[in-house]
Amino acid sequence: MFQAGELPVVGRFSLAGGMPFQVDKPAAVRALALQFLPPGAQEWRTGTLNIPVFAVNSARGFYDQLLATAPDPKTGKPDPAKMTAFLAAHPETAKALSIIAKRTLSSGFFDSTFNGLNAFRFVNAAGASVPVRWSFLPLTSLPAEAMPQSTPADENYLFDALIAQLNQHPLQWRLMITLGEPGDPTNDATIPWPDGRPQIDAGTVTIDRVASEDGSNCTGINFDPLVLPNGIEPSDDPLLSARSAVYARSFTLRAGQVREKPPSAVNPRAVQRSADP
Amino acid sequence: MIPEQARFSTFSRLLHWLMAVMVVAMLFLGIGMAASVSIRYRVLISIHRPLGIAILILVVIRFVNRLVNPPPPLPATMSSLERLGARGSHVLLYILMALLPLVGWGMLSAARYPIVVFGALQLPPILPYNLALYSALRQLHTVLAFLLFATFIAHFGAALFHALVRRDGVFESMAPGLRRALTRTVPPPRN
Repeated sequence: MFQAGELPVVGRFSLAGGMPFQVDKPAAVRALALQFLPPGAQEWRTGTLNIPVFAVNSARGFYDQLLATAPDPKTGKPDPAKMTAFLAAHPETAKALSIIAKRTLSSGFFDSTFNGLNAFRFVNAAGASVPVRWSFLPLTSLPAEAMPQSTPADENYLFDALIAQLNQHPLQWRLMITLGEPGDPTNDATIPWPDGRPQIDAGTVTIDRVASEDGSNCTGINFDPLVLPNGIEPSDDPLLSARSAVYARSFTLRAGQVREKPPSAVNPRAVQRSADP
Repeated sequence: MIPEQARFSTFSRLLHWLMAVMVVAMLFLGIGMAASVSIRYRVLISIHRPLGIAILILVVIRFVNRLVNPPPPLPATMSSLERLGARGSHVLLYILMALLPLVGWGMLSAARYPIVVFGALQLPPILPYNLALYSALRQLHTVLAFLLFATFIAHFGAALFHALVRRDGVFESMAPGLRRALTRTVPPPRN
């Protein structure tokens, strides 16, 4: 996987959460999922977010969070009392949310840092292993005139800007592997590892083509975090199994509705229009 | 005493009991897997795939063995309806034991999942990428698994019926070698 050379990669930019037609907003959590396909070797799939830590550290926490943030049928808004009770029961989420709230928001997808959040283990041929977390650091800086023209006033401004940029030039991210030390939590995605952990520059991800999710080859990929090549193994983080199990279920449900899916707001025509001079 | 020629061959019995353990384990693994979001999910799925492929290989060996070593005839005391039920349920068991792993392999192929058996051992896809096909096969996998479970219960119930009620030697014909001593207490088949 990390041998010198080039390998194909397919990715998916998205906004986190289960709302297919949500409006792009600066604070909406941006996601980049990647599928690395080394020829003759095993595949690697990873989902990453532009937040420094995850909001929950267990399937139970996630479930409780969904219940606490569900809109009240009367008001159409989440019940603040439920949220208070949830945060009291899950102090790890309260801490994580305050870390997430302090993050610097970049202008778009192209200059976002995407973090894998969960810990994994890199294992060598002798069986020795080291805990790792990974991030994709943006390498693209745009001159002022090339900065996104669309504004947060547009419903799809994040995606429109991304498409416009990718139709002009490739976007790149550097894959940084952070090595954990003994005592660094591998089973709790709400806790950041201390600053100054050694980092390895493991390569560059170059995205040079863009397509709408309708009819593109990223739509039908389940970015299951347990699709790992030899040498990368799951840690004891309970979210990995939970994500894998839940993604499989939702992927199956979506696969059963492929013919009913309404067209994407970011449709092939929009992508094509942006490519035309 | 059951005559020696009325029993399945040692190899047939070995295959039967080995696969019995594997198939029953697989049914519970599958149900446990589908119901879990804990670390068990990862452990169970990593056993489910190699075990399924092992069952597929063994069922092929078993089918060939059945042609080479045909099963002993059923006792004459069984009615033609009972014979039909016995034959039908065995055909169904063979079909399901072969079909379930194939549907599992096929559905992973259709969803473009890498089909990792264990470690670096990976199987090639056997179907083209097609999400609707994946969805249909995934549902079929569950339906067939419940059908196999029901067929297994019927098979298990029939075995107990032969062993405890009929005492006609049918159970002993497939019983492990250790059971041979016990067959002395079983009256010979009435014919």
